[in-house]
Amino acid sequence: MTYSKRLDERKNDELRPMDAKAGVIPNADGSAYFRAGKTTAYVAVYGPRELFPKFKQDPKKGLLRCHYAMMPFSGSGERIRPGTSRRAQEISMVMEQALLPVIDLSEFPNSVVDVFVQLPQTDAGTRCAAISAAAIALADAGIPMKDMISSVAVGQVDGTIVADLSYGEESYPAVVSDIPVAMTHNTKQITLLQMDGEISKEDLVKALDAAKSATEKVYDVQMKALKSKFSVENKK
Amino acid sequence: MSARHKLGGYRKMSELLKKEREIVIPGEILAQGMDFLPGENTYRENDNIYAKALGLVYVSGRVIKITSLSGPYVPMVGDRIIGKVIDITMTGWRIDTGTAYSGLLNVKDATTRFIKKGEDLSKIIAIGDYVIVMITQVTSQRLIDLAMREPGLKKITGGRIMKINSHKVPRIIGKQASMVNLLREKTGCEITVGQNGLVWVRGTPEGELKAEGAIKRIEERSHESGLTESMDAFLGGK
Repeated sequence: MTYSKRLDERKNDELRPMDAKAGVIPNADGSAYFRAGKTTAYVAVYGPRELFPKFKQDPKKGLLRCHYAMMPFSGSGERIRPGTSRRAQEISMVMEQALLPVIDLSEFPNSVVDVFVQLPQTDAGTRCAAISAAAIALADAGIPMKDMISSVAVGQVDGTIVADLSYGEESYPAVVSDIPVAMTHNTKQITLLQMDGEISKEDLVKALDAAKSATEKVYDVQMKALKSKFSVENKK
Repeated sequence: MSARHKLGGYRKMSELLKKEREIVIPGEILAQGMDFLPGENTYRENDNIYAKALGLVYVSGRVIKITSLSGPYVPMVGDRIIGKVIDITMTGWRIDTGTAYSGLLNVKDATTRFIKKGEDLSKIIAIGDYVIVMITQVTSQRLIDLAMREPGLKKITGGRIMKINSHKVPRIIGKQASMVNLLREKTGCEITVGQNGLVWVRGTPEGELKAEGAIKRIEERSHESGLTESMDAFLGGK
């Protein structure tokens, strides 16, 4: 038995339908919405602002602080307990590390940029959606960035290399691997690489190659979201 | 030896890849080649100049810069800002500048009046008061020194404070202060626009409301051309 046809009939390198918008939360300094299939992420960015507790202040540069949270009703029926969990803390941390290589906070010593992520609906790939949305929101907030970060999961389902796995594929009853990847746009540097499951060395190389073109598609959506917000303002 | 050799071999032609006033996002390549220089919000890596912020491209001569459309107010020496007093120290007042960094207003820069040793500073300016001040110094660590000893700089009494995006301040003021003068004339209000995006309006209750509505309207339509004329029509004849 091989996985020749994807559960939602996508091509192997096809991503779920994506949708993005910048500036969805007027009270925030920058914000974004990003959707990939049934996974939706809202991100609000506040700052640079004064950092408390004070002992965390760094006199050389500003701090990036991410806060990832799935909403209680967001999953597939199981209620997710609000508040932080081991998993949410880990994802918050990998988000910070995925975004930091492009963000330049040296102009804002002792300050903090807060990134809040809420996921009202989830169907696998939440950390990727969160990172892609956060990159839009940070750009919208006017934070100095050397490049954009785009994120998508790649992987292998029963021997077939696929991009942007859905929850059905992640839990497919066979050997599956799910590899969330985040990349910079210009240099294609990997800023996030995690894996769940099993994959052969050859397939991993192939999957990471597929991630390059997959993140490029995410980048196009991010760019369009940012440009349309401000060109509408320019035309209105 | 040919001229080309003197220049260091075959040099790639420099090329500008973006149009003037085009919107770019972080990481976009603005120009190729060494003939252009990176200005504000841009950086060079190898042969290319990249965008470092979301904004509009401006080219002046060889320098490419980006005017950002959003982002925090960056304190600059000489800026007149409106701030709120958040604390009183031994030698002066701590002022919230609307950024991540607060400013210090020293007693000697605040008033010409003689202040006795041990005098209660809260009698002069209290916590919670708003002041119009000028930035006299900003350090690399973003410590801000303020002064209030020039005409127009004072403690604010009465009226109302509103907050706008600091990037829209030049539009509220207008060319040679045309917009803010129009607002003053049409609403009969005293208006002070701080570079940090805080605006103080004082006048009759109706006038204040009118001015507030007009300022919000300018902020929303800041990208329109001929805004002063359309605001003139909006504010009506009187």
